[in-house]
Amino acid sequence: MVTKPSFSEEVSNLMHASHGNPLKTCIQCGTCSGTCPVAEFMDHTPRRLIGMINANLKEEVMQSNTFWYCASCFYCTVRCPSEIDIAGLMYALKRYSIWKHQYSEEAIGPVFSETFVKSILRSGRSYEPVLAPSYIFSYGVREFLNEAHTATNLMLKGRLPVLPARIKRLENFKKVANRIIPMGGA
Amino acid sequence: MTTYSYFPGCSLEKMALSYHQSAMETTQALGVELQEIEDWNCCGSTSYFHVDELLAYTLVSRNLAMAEKSGHDLVAPCSACYKNAYFANAELKKDQDLADHINYALEQDNLKYSGSIEVKHLMEVYVEDVGFEDLHNKVTHPLEGLRVAPYYGCQIVRPRKDHEDVENPRFFEDLMTAIGADPIDYGHRLRCCGGSLLITSRPAAFQLIMELLQSAQNGQADVIATSCPMCQINLECYQTQINQEFGTDFKIPILFFTQLIGLALGLPPKKLGFGSEFVSADRIKTFAKEPA
Repeated sequence: MVTKPSFSEEVSNLMHASHGNPLKTCIQCGTCSGTCPVAEFMDHTPRRLIGMINANLKEEVMQSNTFWYCASCFYCTVRCPSEIDIAGLMYALKRYSIWKHQYSEEAIGPVFSETFVKSILRSGRSYEPVLAPSYIFSYGVREFLNEAHTATNLMLKGRLPVLPARIKRLENFKKVANRIIPMGGA
Repeated sequence: MTTYSYFPGCSLEKMALSYHQSAMETTQALGVELQEIEDWNCCGSTSYFHVDELLAYTLVSRNLAMAEKSGHDLVAPCSACYKNAYFANAELKKDQDLADHINYALEQDNLKYSGSIEVKHLMEVYVEDVGFEDLHNKVTHPLEGLRVAPYYGCQIVRPRKDHEDVENPRFFEDLMTAIGADPIDYGHRLRCCGGSLLITSRPAAFQLIMELLQSAQNGQADVIATSCPMCQINLECYQTQINQEFGTDFKIPILFFTQLIGLALGLPPKKLGFGSEFVSADRIKTFAKEPA
């Protein structure tokens, strides 16, 4: 008989190279939360979030801002006494939420990540000018003007490209990507 | 002569051009050749792994395959590129199914990766290939009296690769000692600069940047040395905004470790990319003196 996987199993299946369910080995010690440099900005600390996943609180977890605050510093990962790849878990939750379109409206992270990926698939390289300014709008006019000031300074000092760089074998590059994820003529 | 396949990464084309210039100049002076990988593509940064892991590995593999074709190990100066290339390489060597799947996609660009090369961060070239002693012997303008805050950041040491010391690494300090500078001890040397939170969660990033600058300032650092273009941009280009936001008065130059090595080797600052700073580094240049 097939049983529906628990939320904890679902998430652990999305963690690369994990065997069994590493989340079940969490001893709730809080080393991750104590180590995390952005824990104070999160609605739930990493320790609490893992507890919530194991308690099957799927909706609350998916609405949490915790994983979008993860800066990928991997401090929790190297310190976890149960050797859980906690930063890897945050990546898994990001992918899960983009995949299922389950993220809170004010989150900038998912939109930024998707825009970044699309922009790379267009040219093969990243191009900062289209990336940064569009999201700074969300922080209000003052922040946008500050950002424009920084961008102008970068431009004046020759540190911003005027045109996006493109790789030479772009067509082949797109075909490579298409064999992994068919993107309908991308 | 040691030769590497060099993967500069997107930031080094413009934003962190000084890192590229100083890396090329100093390696040349130290007898290491960096051959840029022809037609390399973006490593995907962290964003790719947020969206699709398999696609992220594939794009990194295209660069690995081109490096392998040239027959040299890959070197990346950016810590994020390095981390992506290192772990993609390790996974491909371990997981034959993954490698087969990715090689099937790479056929579209007439490439194949068989897993025969290693991946290094640029700093390892100075630490391991050149070595502290040889580097020290080649220094003509020791940076005596310069108080440097060596800033490791995250992805050069984390996640853990082999048996490296992730809690108390010393190679950056030792590198700075080798060029005659005085590395300071400060609490935030391994803490995150905020990375891409600068775009997605600005208040959090500003808090991290402020704490880092404060920590270096408390240690009376003349300069913070970095090994990652993202850290450099976050710490340098936003100092004015940080000062506005927190009422602080930071004016700390943020330079790449390769720029400091270049000064100590007596190379002209212009060739090392000096001149495009937001926070003036003129005072730092004056430390490079021939011994009386």
